[in-house]
Amino acid sequence: MAQETVTFEVRRYRPEREEAPVWERFEVPVREEWMVLDALNHIKDHVDGSLSYRWSCRMGVCGSCGMTVNGEPVLTCATYVASLPRDRPVRVEPLAAFPIVRDLVVDIRDFLVKLKKVKPWLLRKEERSPAEGEYLQTPEELADYKQYSMCINCLLCYAACPIVPLEPDFVGPAAIALAQRYNLDSRDQGQAERMAALSTEHGVWACTFVGDCSVVCPKHVDPAGAIQRYKVSATADWFRSVLMPWRGR
Amino acid sequence: MRLPREPFFWALFSSGGMLAALVMPALAAVLFFALPLSWLDAGHGALLATFAHPLTRLAVFVLVALSMFHWAHRFRYTLYDGLQLYHLSALIAVLCYGGAAAATLGAAWFLVAFP
Amino acid sequence: MSEPAGANPRYTPYHPKWYRRRMPIFWWLGRLSYTRFITRELTSLAVAYTALFLLAALCALAYGEADWTAFLERLRHPGWLAFHAGVLLFLLFHTVTWLGLAPKALVVKLGRRRLPDAAVVAAHYAAWAAASVLVVAFFLWRTG
Repeated sequence: MAQETVTFEVRRYRPEREEAPVWERFEVPVREEWMVLDALNHIKDHVDGSLSYRWSCRMGVCGSCGMTVNGEPVLTCATYVASLPRDRPVRVEPLAAFPIVRDLVVDIRDFLVKLKKVKPWLLRKEERSPAEGEYLQTPEELADYKQYSMCINCLLCYAACPIVPLEPDFVGPAAIALAQRYNLDSRDQGQAERMAALSTEHGVWACTFVGDCSVVCPKHVDPAGAIQRYKVSATADWFRSVLMPWRGR
Repeated sequence: MRLPREPFFWALFSSGGMLAALVMPALAAVLFFALPLSWLDAGHGALLATFAHPLTRLAVFVLVALSMFHWAHRFRYTLYDGLQLYHLSALIAVLCYGGAAAATLGAAWFLVAFP
Repeated sequence: MSEPAGANPRYTPYHPKWYRRRMPIFWWLGRLSYTRFITRELTSLAVAYTALFLLAALCALAYGEADWTAFLERLRHPGWLAFHAGVLLFLLFHTVTWLGLAPKALVVKLGRRRLPDAAVVAAHYAAWAAASVLVVAFFLWRTG
Protein backbone atom coordinates (compact mmCIF):
# COMPACT_ATOMS: atom_id res chain seq x y z
CA MET A 1 0.00 0.00 0.00
CA ALA A 2 1.31 3.44 -0.91
CA GLN A 3 2.85 5.24 2.01
CA GLU A 4 4.60 8.51 2.44
CA THR A 5 5.75 10.57 5.36
CA VAL A 6 3.76 13.72 5.97
CA THR A 7 4.79 16.37 8.48
CA PHE A 8 2.06 17.41 10.89
CA GLU A 9 2.29 20.50 13.08
CA VAL A 10 -0.10 19.99 15.96
CA ARG A 11 -1.06 22.65 18.49
CA ARG A 12 -0.32 21.39 21.95
CA TYR A 13 -1.50 22.97 25.17
CA ARG A 14 -0.70 21.38 28.48
CA PRO A 15 -1.51 23.92 31.21
CA GLU A 16 0.72 22.10 33.69
CA ARG A 17 3.68 22.75 31.37
CA GLU A 18 3.05 25.91 29.38
CA GLU A 19 1.23 29.22 29.66
CA ALA A 20 0.16 29.28 26.02
CA PRO A 21 -0.26 26.73 23.21
CA VAL A 22 2.86 25.58 21.31
CA TRP A 23 3.45 23.78 18.04
CA GLU A 24 4.81 20.25 17.96
CA ARG A 25 5.98 18.46 14.80
CA PHE A 26 5.30 14.86 13.99
CA GLU A 27 6.43 12.83 10.99
CA VAL A 28 3.58 10.47 10.19
CA PRO A 29 3.76 7.57 7.70
CA VAL A 30 0.45 8.21 5.97
CA ARG A 31 -1.45 5.76 3.81
CA GLU A 32 -3.04 7.25 0.72
CA GLU A 33 -6.63 6.76 1.90
CA TRP A 34 -6.06 8.18 5.38
CA MET A 35 -8.04 10.98 6.91
CA VAL A 36 -6.43 13.55 9.21
CA LEU A 37 -8.07 11.67 12.09
CA ASP A 38 -6.15 8.51 11.14
CA ALA A 39 -2.92 10.49 11.36
CA LEU A 40 -3.87 11.81 14.81
CA ASN A 41 -4.71 8.28 15.94
CA HIS A 42 -1.33 7.11 14.66
CA ILE A 43 0.42 9.84 16.66
CA LYS A 44 -1.50 8.92 19.78
CA ASP A 45 -0.96 5.17 19.33
CA HIS A 46 2.70 5.17 18.32
CA VAL A 47 4.34 8.49 19.07
CA ASP A 48 2.83 10.47 21.93
CA GLY A 49 -0.02 8.94 23.88
CA SER A 50 -0.69 12.21 25.72
CA LEU A 51 -2.13 13.90 22.61
CA SER A 52 -5.72 14.81 23.54
CA TYR A 53 -8.53 15.20 21.02
CA ARG A 54 -12.15 14.19 20.48
CA TRP A 55 -13.48 11.74 17.94
CA SER A 56 -16.10 9.03 17.82
CA CYS A 57 -17.95 7.71 14.79
CA ARG A 58 -15.14 8.43 12.29
CA MET A 59 -17.77 8.76 9.56
CA GLY A 60 -19.06 12.31 9.78
CA VAL A 61 -22.28 11.89 11.74
CA CYS A 62 -21.43 12.45 15.39
CA GLY A 63 -19.88 15.91 15.17
CA SER A 64 -17.10 15.20 17.69
CA CYS A 65 -13.94 15.63 15.62
CA GLY A 66 -14.22 19.25 14.53
CA MET A 67 -10.78 20.94 14.39
CA THR A 68 -8.97 23.61 12.40
CA VAL A 69 -6.82 22.06 9.67
CA ASN A 70 -4.65 24.46 7.64
CA GLY A 71 -6.79 27.32 8.86
CA GLU A 72 -10.15 25.80 7.91
CA PRO A 73 -12.69 24.36 10.35
CA VAL A 74 -13.27 20.77 9.23
CA LEU A 75 -14.25 17.34 10.50
CA THR A 76 -10.93 15.50 10.75
CA CYS A 77 -12.65 12.21 9.98
CA ALA A 78 -13.85 13.64 6.68
CA THR A 79 -10.65 15.32 5.47
CA TYR A 80 -8.29 13.29 3.32
CA VAL A 81 -4.61 13.91 4.02
CA ALA A 82 -4.10 13.48 0.28
CA SER A 83 -6.32 16.51 -0.37
CA LEU A 84 -4.00 18.81 1.59
CA PRO A 85 -1.00 20.60 0.07
CA ARG A 86 2.29 18.68 0.46
CA ASP A 87 4.74 21.55 0.19
CA ARG A 88 4.26 22.49 3.84
CA PRO A 89 3.35 20.78 7.12
CA VAL A 90 -0.29 20.07 7.83
CA ARG A 91 -1.35 22.34 10.69
CA VAL A 92 -3.90 20.92 13.11
CA GLU A 93 -5.31 23.27 15.76
CA PRO A 94 -8.29 23.25 18.06
CA LEU A 95 -11.57 24.64 16.76
CA ALA A 96 -11.58 28.44 16.75
CA ALA A 97 -13.87 30.59 18.93
CA PHE A 98 -13.85 28.22 21.94
CA PRO A 99 -11.59 28.14 25.00
CA ILE A 100 -8.92 25.46 24.79
CA VAL A 101 -9.04 22.86 27.54
CA ARG A 102 -6.05 20.79 26.46
CA ASP A 103 -4.30 20.18 23.13
CA LEU A 104 -7.09 19.91 20.54
CA VAL A 105 -9.98 19.74 23.01
CA VAL A 106 -12.21 22.81 23.37
CA ASP A 107 -14.91 23.65 25.87
CA ILE A 108 -18.35 23.74 24.26
CA ARG A 109 -20.57 24.26 27.29
CA ASP A 110 -21.35 27.79 26.12
CA PHE A 111 -22.98 26.35 23.02
CA LEU A 112 -25.01 23.85 25.06
CA VAL A 113 -26.40 26.66 27.21
CA LYS A 114 -27.32 28.66 24.11
CA LEU A 115 -28.91 25.62 22.48
CA LYS A 116 -31.13 25.04 25.48
CA LYS A 117 -32.21 28.69 25.41
CA VAL A 118 -33.83 28.31 22.00
CA LYS A 119 -35.93 25.32 23.16
CA PRO A 120 -35.08 22.86 20.39
CA TRP A 121 -38.03 20.55 20.95
CA LEU A 122 -41.65 20.44 19.85
CA LEU A 123 -43.69 22.96 21.82
CA ARG A 124 -47.46 22.60 21.84
CA LYS A 125 -50.11 24.98 23.13
CA GLU A 126 -52.53 22.09 23.40
CA GLU A 127 -51.31 18.56 23.66
CA ARG A 128 -53.30 15.74 22.15
CA SER A 129 -53.90 12.57 24.05
CA PRO A 130 -52.38 9.39 22.60
CA ALA A 131 -55.88 8.12 21.95
CA GLU A 132 -56.37 10.94 19.43
CA GLY A 133 -53.54 9.59 17.33
CA GLU A 134 -50.24 10.97 15.97
CA TYR A 135 -49.58 14.47 14.64
CA LEU A 136 -49.68 13.78 10.92
CA GLN A 137 -47.31 15.46 8.49
CA THR A 138 -47.14 15.44 4.71
CA PRO A 139 -43.84 14.99 2.83
CA GLU A 140 -44.01 18.66 1.81
CA GLU A 141 -44.33 19.73 5.44
CA LEU A 142 -41.33 17.55 6.26
CA ALA A 143 -39.36 19.11 3.43
CA ASP A 144 -39.94 22.55 4.93
CA TYR A 145 -37.63 21.90 7.86
CA LYS A 146 -35.71 18.74 7.02
CA GLN A 147 -32.55 20.54 5.96
CA TYR A 148 -32.25 22.18 9.39
CA SER A 149 -32.72 18.87 11.17
CA MET A 150 -29.49 17.53 9.68
CA CYS A 151 -27.30 19.47 12.10
CA ILE A 152 -24.83 17.26 13.99
CA ASN A 153 -23.71 20.00 16.42
CA CYS A 154 -20.14 19.78 15.14
CA LEU A 155 -19.72 23.55 15.78
CA LEU A 156 -17.68 24.17 12.61
CA CYS A 157 -20.13 27.02 11.95
CA TYR A 158 -19.27 28.64 15.30
CA ALA A 159 -15.59 28.40 14.42
CA ALA A 160 -16.18 29.97 11.00
CA CYS A 161 -18.39 32.80 12.24
CA PRO A 162 -16.44 35.95 13.21
CA ILE A 163 -19.29 37.24 15.38
CA VAL A 164 -19.10 34.28 17.79
CA PRO A 165 -15.73 35.27 19.26
CA LEU A 166 -16.50 39.00 18.94
CA GLU A 167 -19.84 38.81 20.76
CA PRO A 168 -19.71 36.00 23.31
CA ASP A 169 -23.46 36.16 23.97
CA PHE A 170 -24.37 35.61 20.33
CA VAL A 171 -26.63 32.55 20.20
CA GLY A 172 -24.87 31.34 17.07
CA PRO A 173 -25.65 29.68 13.73
CA ALA A 174 -26.35 26.08 14.77
CA ALA A 175 -28.65 27.06 17.64
CA ILE A 176 -30.69 29.35 15.39
CA ALA A 177 -30.84 26.74 12.62
CA LEU A 178 -32.09 24.20 15.16
CA ALA A 179 -34.66 26.68 16.45
CA GLN A 180 -35.84 27.14 12.86
CA ARG A 181 -36.05 23.35 12.49
CA TYR A 182 -38.80 23.50 15.09
CA ASN A 183 -40.31 26.84 14.09
CA LEU A 184 -40.91 25.51 10.59
CA ASP A 185 -42.18 22.14 11.78
CA SER A 186 -45.92 21.92 11.14
CA ARG A 187 -46.41 20.05 14.41
CA ASP A 188 -44.84 22.86 16.45
CA GLN A 189 -46.72 25.74 18.09
CA GLY A 190 -43.80 27.37 19.87
CA GLN A 191 -42.70 30.24 17.61
CA ALA A 192 -43.78 32.89 20.10
CA GLU A 193 -41.97 31.17 22.95
CA ARG A 194 -38.71 30.94 21.02
CA MET A 195 -38.83 34.59 20.08
CA ALA A 196 -37.59 35.65 23.49
CA ALA A 197 -34.24 33.95 22.80
CA LEU A 198 -34.06 34.60 19.06
CA SER A 199 -35.36 38.10 18.39
CA THR A 200 -32.84 39.85 20.64
CA GLU A 201 -29.60 41.75 20.12
CA HIS A 202 -27.73 38.56 21.00
CA GLY A 203 -29.99 36.44 18.85
CA VAL A 204 -30.47 36.78 15.12
CA TRP A 205 -29.91 40.54 15.17
CA ALA A 206 -26.24 40.12 16.00
CA CYS A 207 -25.77 38.23 12.73
CA THR A 208 -24.42 40.34 9.88
CA PHE A 209 -24.71 37.60 7.25
CA VAL A 210 -21.04 36.90 6.72
CA GLY A 211 -22.17 33.52 5.38
CA ASP A 212 -19.10 31.46 6.30
CA CYS A 213 -21.18 29.22 8.56
CA SER A 214 -23.05 27.76 5.60
CA VAL A 215 -19.84 27.35 3.61
CA VAL A 216 -18.16 25.13 6.23
CA CYS A 217 -21.20 23.10 7.30
CA PRO A 218 -20.48 19.43 6.49
CA LYS A 219 -24.21 18.59 6.44
CA HIS A 220 -25.37 21.44 4.17
CA VAL A 221 -27.72 22.76 6.82
CA ASP A 222 -27.33 26.35 5.60
CA PRO A 223 -27.62 28.10 8.98
CA ALA A 224 -27.08 31.48 7.28
CA GLY A 225 -30.25 30.95 5.27
CA ALA A 226 -32.13 29.88 8.39
CA ILE A 227 -31.06 33.07 10.16
CA GLN A 228 -32.01 35.38 7.30
CA ARG A 229 -35.40 33.73 6.98
CA TYR A 230 -35.95 34.19 10.67
CA LYS A 231 -35.03 37.87 10.41
CA VAL A 232 -37.72 38.31 7.77
CA SER A 233 -40.38 36.40 9.72
CA ALA A 234 -39.49 38.08 13.03
CA THR A 235 -39.72 41.50 11.37
CA ALA A 236 -43.09 40.67 9.81
CA ASP A 237 -44.26 39.48 13.20
CA TRP A 238 -42.99 42.66 14.85
CA PHE A 239 -44.93 44.88 12.46
CA ARG A 240 -48.01 42.74 12.91
CA SER A 241 -47.84 43.08 16.66
CA VAL A 242 -47.29 46.84 16.45
CA LEU A 243 -49.88 47.62 13.80
CA MET A 244 -52.47 45.03 14.84
CA PRO A 245 -51.93 44.44 18.56
CA TRP A 246 -55.34 42.91 18.97
CA ARG A 247 -54.37 39.86 16.95
CA GLY A 248 -53.08 37.04 19.07
CA ARG A 249 -49.92 35.20 18.00
CA MET B 1 -41.68 40.76 26.90
CA ARG B 2 -40.59 44.22 25.93
CA LEU B 3 -40.86 44.71 22.18
CA PRO B 4 -37.36 44.57 20.66
CA ARG B 5 -36.20 47.61 18.65
CA GLU B 6 -33.99 45.75 16.25
CA PRO B 7 -36.68 44.47 13.82
CA PHE B 8 -37.72 48.06 13.07
CA PHE B 9 -34.20 49.15 12.15
CA TRP B 10 -33.60 45.95 10.24
CA ALA B 11 -36.77 46.64 8.22
CA LEU B 12 -35.40 50.08 7.32
CA PHE B 13 -32.01 48.57 6.54
CA SER B 14 -33.37 45.89 4.24
CA SER B 15 -35.88 48.08 2.38
CA GLY B 16 -33.22 50.77 2.01
CA GLY B 17 -30.76 48.20 0.77
CA MET B 18 -33.18 46.79 -1.78
CA LEU B 19 -34.14 50.24 -3.06
CA ALA B 20 -30.51 51.33 -3.26
CA ALA B 21 -29.54 48.10 -5.01
CA LEU B 22 -32.19 48.56 -7.70
CA VAL B 23 -32.03 52.31 -8.25
CA MET B 24 -28.67 53.72 -7.26
CA PRO B 25 -26.31 52.35 -9.92
CA ALA B 26 -28.39 53.92 -12.70
CA LEU B 27 -28.96 57.11 -10.70
CA ALA B 28 -25.26 57.39 -9.93
CA ALA B 29 -24.38 56.86 -13.59
CA VAL B 30 -26.69 59.74 -14.47
CA LEU B 31 -25.63 62.13 -11.70
CA PHE B 32 -21.89 61.44 -11.73
CA PHE B 33 -21.35 61.05 -15.46
CA ALA B 34 -24.31 61.53 -17.79
CA LEU B 35 -25.26 65.01 -16.61
CA PRO B 36 -21.80 66.59 -16.08
CA LEU B 37 -20.48 65.12 -19.33
CA SER B 38 -23.62 66.12 -21.22
CA TRP B 39 -24.54 62.62 -22.32
CA LEU B 40 -27.98 63.72 -21.19
CA ASP B 41 -29.20 67.28 -21.56
CA ALA B 42 -28.51 69.00 -18.26
CA GLY B 43 -30.53 72.13 -18.87
CA HIS B 44 -31.32 73.93 -15.63
CA GLY B 45 -34.90 74.87 -16.40
CA ALA B 46 -36.00 71.39 -17.46
CA LEU B 47 -34.35 69.69 -14.48
CA LEU B 48 -35.86 72.19 -12.05
CA ALA B 49 -39.29 71.48 -13.44
CA THR B 50 -38.58 67.73 -13.24
CA PHE B 51 -37.85 67.75 -9.55
CA ALA B 52 -40.55 70.21 -8.63
CA HIS B 53 -43.28 67.65 -9.24
CA PRO B 54 -44.66 66.46 -5.87
CA LEU B 55 -44.36 62.77 -6.78
CA THR B 56 -40.70 63.21 -7.70
CA ARG B 57 -40.09 65.04 -4.43
CA LEU B 58 -41.71 62.17 -2.53
CA ALA B 59 -39.63 59.60 -4.42
CA VAL B 60 -36.44 61.52 -3.66
CA PHE B 61 -37.39 61.81 0.02
CA VAL B 62 -38.11 58.08 0.31
CA LEU B 63 -34.86 57.20 -1.48
CA VAL B 64 -32.74 59.47 0.69
CA ALA B 65 -34.42 58.47 3.97
CA LEU B 66 -34.26 54.71 3.39
CA SER B 67 -30.71 54.85 1.98
CA MET B 68 -29.47 56.79 4.99
CA PHE B 69 -31.09 54.38 7.44
CA HIS B 70 -29.65 51.48 5.46
CA TRP B 71 -26.21 53.05 5.88
CA ALA B 72 -26.81 53.79 9.58
CA HIS B 73 -27.72 50.23 10.52
CA ARG B 74 -25.00 48.60 8.43
CA PHE B 75 -22.24 51.01 9.39
CA ARG B 76 -23.13 50.70 13.05
CA TYR B 77 -22.46 46.95 12.92
CA THR B 78 -19.36 47.44 10.78
CA LEU B 79 -17.91 49.66 13.51
CA TYR B 80 -18.94 47.31 16.33
CA ASP B 81 -17.56 44.18 14.76
CA GLY B 82 -14.90 45.52 12.41
CA LEU B 83 -13.15 47.70 14.97
CA GLN B 84 -14.46 45.98 18.12
CA LEU B 85 -15.90 49.19 19.52
CA TYR B 86 -18.49 47.55 21.77
CA HIS B 87 -17.76 49.87 24.66
CA LEU B 88 -18.91 52.75 22.45
CA SER B 89 -22.11 51.02 21.35
CA ALA B 90 -24.51 53.72 22.62
CA LEU B 91 -22.45 56.53 21.07
CA ILE B 92 -22.18 54.75 17.73
CA ALA B 93 -25.93 54.04 17.65
CA VAL B 94 -26.72 57.70 18.35
CA LEU B 95 -24.26 58.94 15.71
CA CYS B 96 -25.47 56.53 13.06
CA TYR B 97 -29.23 56.67 13.51
CA GLY B 98 -29.01 60.29 14.54
CA GLY B 99 -27.08 61.11 11.40
CA ALA B 100 -29.62 59.29 9.28
CA ALA B 101 -32.49 61.06 11.04
CA ALA B 102 -30.79 64.42 10.50
CA ALA B 103 -30.29 63.70 6.80
CA THR B 104 -33.94 62.62 6.55
CA LEU B 105 -35.11 65.81 8.21
CA GLY B 106 -32.87 67.81 5.92
CA ALA B 107 -34.34 66.03 2.92
CA ALA B 108 -37.87 66.65 4.16
CA TRP B 109 -37.29 70.35 4.80
CA PHE B 110 -35.51 70.83 1.53
CA LEU B 111 -38.11 69.08 -0.53
CA VAL B 112 -40.89 71.11 1.02
CA ALA B 113 -38.94 74.31 0.38
CA PHE B 114 -37.78 73.36 -3.14
CA PRO B 115 -38.93 76.00 -5.64
CA MET C 1 10.93 15.18 23.65
CA SER C 2 8.80 15.75 26.76
CA GLU C 3 9.64 18.16 29.52
CA PRO C 4 8.89 17.07 33.05
CA ALA C 5 5.26 17.62 33.99
CA GLY C 6 4.52 20.48 36.40
CA ALA C 7 7.07 22.77 34.75
CA ASN C 8 4.60 25.68 34.73
CA PRO C 9 4.80 27.36 38.16
CA ARG C 10 1.57 29.30 37.51
CA TYR C 11 -0.44 26.10 37.28
CA THR C 12 -2.30 24.71 40.26
CA PRO C 13 -2.48 20.92 39.97
CA TYR C 14 -5.86 19.55 38.83
CA HIS C 15 -7.33 23.07 38.43
CA PRO C 16 -8.52 23.62 34.85
CA LYS C 17 -6.72 26.47 33.15
CA TRP C 18 -8.31 27.10 29.80
CA TYR C 19 -6.61 29.16 27.15
CA ARG C 20 -8.84 31.83 25.63
CA ARG C 21 -7.88 33.24 22.25
CA ARG C 22 -8.54 36.91 21.50
CA MET C 23 -9.79 38.19 18.16
CA PRO C 24 -7.12 40.38 16.57
CA ILE C 25 -8.20 43.93 15.71
CA PHE C 26 -7.65 43.26 12.00
CA TRP C 27 -9.45 39.92 12.01
CA TRP C 28 -11.13 40.87 8.75
CA LEU C 29 -7.80 40.88 6.93
CA GLY C 30 -6.94 37.36 8.03
CA ARG C 31 -9.30 35.52 5.72
CA LEU C 32 -10.44 36.28 2.16
CA SER C 33 -14.09 35.63 2.96
CA TYR C 34 -13.92 38.09 5.86
CA THR C 35 -12.26 40.78 3.72
CA ARG C 36 -14.93 40.31 1.06
CA PHE C 37 -17.55 40.61 3.78
CA ILE C 38 -16.16 43.88 5.18
CA THR C 39 -15.87 45.33 1.67
CA ARG C 40 -19.50 44.45 1.11
CA GLU C 41 -20.48 46.14 4.35
CA LEU C 42 -18.49 49.25 3.47
CA THR C 43 -20.60 49.71 0.34
CA SER C 44 -23.12 51.32 2.69
CA LEU C 45 -20.82 54.36 2.67
CA ALA C 46 -21.26 54.63 -1.11
CA VAL C 47 -25.03 54.40 -0.65
CA ALA C 48 -25.02 57.18 1.94
CA TYR C 49 -22.72 59.31 -0.22
CA THR C 50 -24.98 58.99 -3.26
CA ALA C 51 -28.05 59.90 -1.23
CA LEU C 52 -26.37 63.02 0.16
CA PHE C 53 -24.97 63.83 -3.29
CA LEU C 54 -28.48 63.78 -4.68
CA LEU C 55 -29.49 66.33 -2.05
CA ALA C 56 -26.44 68.44 -2.88
CA ALA C 57 -27.33 68.34 -6.57
CA LEU C 58 -30.89 69.43 -5.80
CA CYS C 59 -29.45 72.24 -3.68
CA ALA C 60 -27.36 73.43 -6.60
CA LEU C 61 -30.44 73.29 -8.83
CA ALA C 62 -32.50 75.27 -6.36
CA TYR C 63 -29.96 78.09 -6.03
CA GLY C 64 -30.20 78.97 -9.69
CA GLU C 65 -28.67 78.41 -13.10
CA ALA C 66 -25.25 79.84 -12.22
CA ASP C 67 -24.88 77.54 -9.24
CA TRP C 68 -26.01 74.54 -11.23
CA THR C 69 -23.57 75.18 -14.06
CA ALA C 70 -20.73 75.67 -11.58
CA PHE C 71 -21.72 72.43 -9.85
CA LEU C 72 -21.59 70.45 -13.10
CA GLU C 73 -18.34 72.18 -14.06
CA ARG C 74 -16.67 70.96 -10.87
CA LEU C 75 -17.85 67.42 -11.48
CA ARG C 76 -16.07 67.31 -14.81
CA HIS C 77 -12.73 67.55 -13.01
CA PRO C 78 -10.81 64.26 -13.50
CA GLY C 79 -10.34 63.93 -9.73
CA TRP C 80 -14.09 63.90 -9.16
CA LEU C 81 -14.68 61.60 -12.12
CA ALA C 82 -12.16 59.09 -10.78
CA PHE C 83 -13.63 59.26 -7.28
CA HIS C 84 -17.15 58.85 -8.61
CA ALA C 85 -16.07 55.88 -10.72
CA GLY C 86 -14.98 54.27 -7.45
CA VAL C 87 -18.31 55.12 -5.80
CA LEU C 88 -20.19 53.63 -8.75
CA LEU C 89 -18.11 50.44 -8.49
CA PHE C 90 -19.01 50.18 -4.81
CA LEU C 91 -22.69 50.69 -5.65
CA LEU C 92 -22.51 47.92 -8.24
CA PHE C 93 -20.84 45.64 -5.71
CA HIS C 94 -23.67 46.39 -3.30
CA THR C 95 -26.26 45.55 -5.92
CA VAL C 96 -24.61 42.34 -7.09
CA THR C 97 -24.06 41.01 -3.56
CA TRP C 98 -27.53 42.07 -2.38
CA LEU C 99 -29.36 40.46 -5.30
CA GLY C 100 -27.21 37.32 -5.04
CA LEU C 101 -28.16 36.83 -1.40
CA ALA C 102 -31.87 37.52 -1.90
CA PRO C 103 -32.88 33.82 -2.17
CA LYS C 104 -31.46 33.16 1.29
CA ALA C 105 -33.98 35.46 2.89
CA LEU C 106 -36.83 35.06 0.47
CA VAL C 107 -38.11 31.50 0.27
CA VAL C 108 -41.09 31.41 -2.06
CA LYS C 109 -43.36 28.41 -2.29
CA LEU C 110 -45.50 27.97 -5.36
CA GLY C 111 -48.16 25.55 -4.23
CA ARG C 112 -46.19 22.65 -2.85
CA ARG C 113 -42.78 23.25 -4.40
CA ARG C 114 -40.14 25.74 -3.44
CA LEU C 115 -39.02 28.19 -6.11
CA PRO C 116 -35.37 27.46 -7.04
CA ASP C 117 -32.77 30.01 -5.91
CA ALA C 118 -31.75 30.78 -9.48
CA ALA C 119 -35.32 31.86 -10.28
CA VAL C 120 -35.42 34.24 -7.31
CA VAL C 121 -32.10 35.78 -8.32
CA ALA C 122 -33.22 36.09 -11.96
CA ALA C 123 -36.40 37.88 -10.87
CA HIS C 124 -34.33 40.34 -8.83
CA TYR C 125 -31.99 41.01 -11.73
CA ALA C 126 -35.02 41.62 -13.96
CA ALA C 127 -36.29 44.12 -11.39
CA TRP C 128 -32.87 45.81 -11.38
CA ALA C 129 -32.87 46.10 -15.16
CA ALA C 130 -36.42 47.50 -15.14
CA ALA C 131 -35.62 50.01 -12.39
CA SER C 132 -32.48 51.18 -14.19
CA VAL C 133 -34.38 51.68 -17.43
CA LEU C 134 -36.99 53.67 -15.52
CA VAL C 135 -34.38 55.91 -13.90
CA VAL C 136 -32.65 56.69 -17.19
CA ALA C 137 -35.95 57.09 -19.02
CA PHE C 138 -37.06 59.53 -16.33
CA PHE C 139 -34.10 61.81 -17.04
CA LEU C 140 -34.32 61.32 -20.80
CA TRP C 141 -38.00 62.09 -21.00
CA ARG C 142 -37.83 65.20 -18.88
CA THR C 143 -34.61 66.70 -20.10
CA GLY C 144 -33.98 65.38 -23.62
